[in-house]
Amino acid sequence: MDLSIFSEYGPRLLSGFRLTIICWLLGTVFGAALGLLIAVAQRYGGRAVRWALQTYIELIRGTPFLVQLFLLYYGGPMIGLRLDPLPAGLLGLTIYGSPYFAEIFRSAFRAVPLGLIEAGRAIGMTEMAIVRRILLPVGLVSALPALINFSIILTKETVILSIITVPEVMYQTQYMATMTFTYLEGYFALALFFWVFVEVISRLGRRLERRITRHLIERT
Amino acid sequence: MVEASSVEIRKVNKYYGQFHALKDIDLSIPPGKVTCLIGPSGSGKSSLLRCINFLEEYDSGEVLIDGQLIGYETPGGRRMAPRRLRQMRSTIGMVFQQFNLWPHMTAQENVAEGLIRVRGMRKRDAMERAAEALTRVGLSDRMGNHPSRLSGGQQQRVAIARAVAMDPRLMLFDEPTSALDPELVGEVLNVMKALAAGGMTMVVVTHEMGFAAHVADQIAFLEAGELVDVDVPSRILREPEDRRIQSFLRTYHERNLI
Ligand SMILES: Nc1ncnc2c1ncn2[C@@H]1O[C@H](COP(=O)(O)OP(=O)(O)OP(=O)(O)O)[C@@H](O)[C@H]1O
Ligand SMILES: [Mg+2]
Repeated sequence: MDLSIFSEYGPRLLSGFRLTIICWLLGTVFGAALGLLIAVAQRYGGRAVRWALQTYIELIRGTPFLVQLFLLYYGGPMIGLRLDPLPAGLLGLTIYGSPYFAEIFRSAFRAVPLGLIEAGRAIGMTEMAIVRRILLPVGLVSALPALINFSIILTKETVILSIITVPEVMYQTQYMATMTFTYLEGYFALALFFWVFVEVISRLGRRLERRITRHLIERT
Repeated sequence: MVEASSVEIRKVNKYYGQFHALKDIDLSIPPGKVTCLIGPSGSGKSSLLRCINFLEEYDSGEVLIDGQLIGYETPGGRRMAPRRLRQMRSTIGMVFQQFNLWPHMTAQENVAEGLIRVRGMRKRDAMERAAEALTRVGLSDRMGNHPSRLSGGQQQRVAIARAVAMDPRLMLFDEPTSALDPELVGEVLNVMKALAAGGMTMVVVTHEMGFAAHVADQIAFLEAGELVDVDVPSRILREPEDRRIQSFLRTYHERNLI
């Protein structure tokens, strides 16, 4: 093993790490936000809205992320959507994740006992207030494990952005590897990074879950 | 205490698909009185109760709260505007068998929520009022607890406080003690008795014949979607004319003698 390469390429890798984390974070936040919107619209929208959203979900879930990204980045300009690699990548991640997030929220909302919602209606709350004050907070708690799980899956999807030249960690590692022929060292460091990254997310996630559900657990 | 509401139910019919759940129900609920709904399981008690605040839509007939039709603009007409419906509902308190407290809020927050969202009160005032309402049901020392940290009886008292804090003119109860351990039933019934003594109009679906006998001003007996009889408790419980009521009471007594 030749570790001296890291002194030269270290800064590049570090900036790659940083960008990967940013892409993951924004992709998760925007994807979850879009998914949430879809799930709420599906619950309250009319037949046409529900059908359109279901079609969207199936289309996105039924195609590979790489294909979606190519369509967006290379196909986009043909319909006047000209994006730089990073914005294209972020938009791609958001779209790619949204149907999965939407499904997570949809089933979480269905798990909210109807009685809690009826209690809001009986008191005269608006449907808006019921969504904001009851459906969302109660649903989010039961959705949390699945949300964390999918956000972990998303960490690893970010490497695909390297293909449209977003300089995240995969891109930087490839660059270093081709320049120095240090494949083993580079990809080993990459694997290690993802493993630590995922471990940190899942620990933080568990802690968050415990915090949020602390007062919800029935005493026995 | 605000003045109490009356409820007038006229020729109400309710279907679940093909199933005829309520058949031409006529029932007068006088203001300031307690009306108990009894009858076998599946007879339509909950359905009827839930038509009163339009949580359940009735298909024909009229439900009038203080003379005002609830749910529809005119009998058999269009649905009433959501805003009007919400306004009517905000004067009708409801207590459920399963309590239905919001699990992510403390007892005090549960009670304050409606005051803030529906009455438009400031949070601080709402919390103060919630504290008073909880004190009245004997829970001044449990205000900061989440529902999961309360016994069933305490949860149901929070649910009653949540409804009462809104200053309702009418209270609906759907088997409020059925989900409780026997030793917790009394504390909830006591709170209900105090409400009744205060002159609240109450409609109570119950299997507690003792409560019905002592607190109700009238008892309505339902079976298979029909209102079989309405009368004072002594008439319904001691000298029922209808055989369906007789057989219901016989089963009830047999079960409770063991
Ligand atoms: N949402 C629904 N869809 C279909 N059928 C229903 C629905 N709700 C109630 N029913 C049926 O309507 C009938 C009356 O139900 P309801 O809940 O009003 O009875 P109940 O007198 O309250 O019974 P219980 O004492 O068991 O609570 C029952 O036969 C029930 O199966
Ligand atoms: Mg019932």
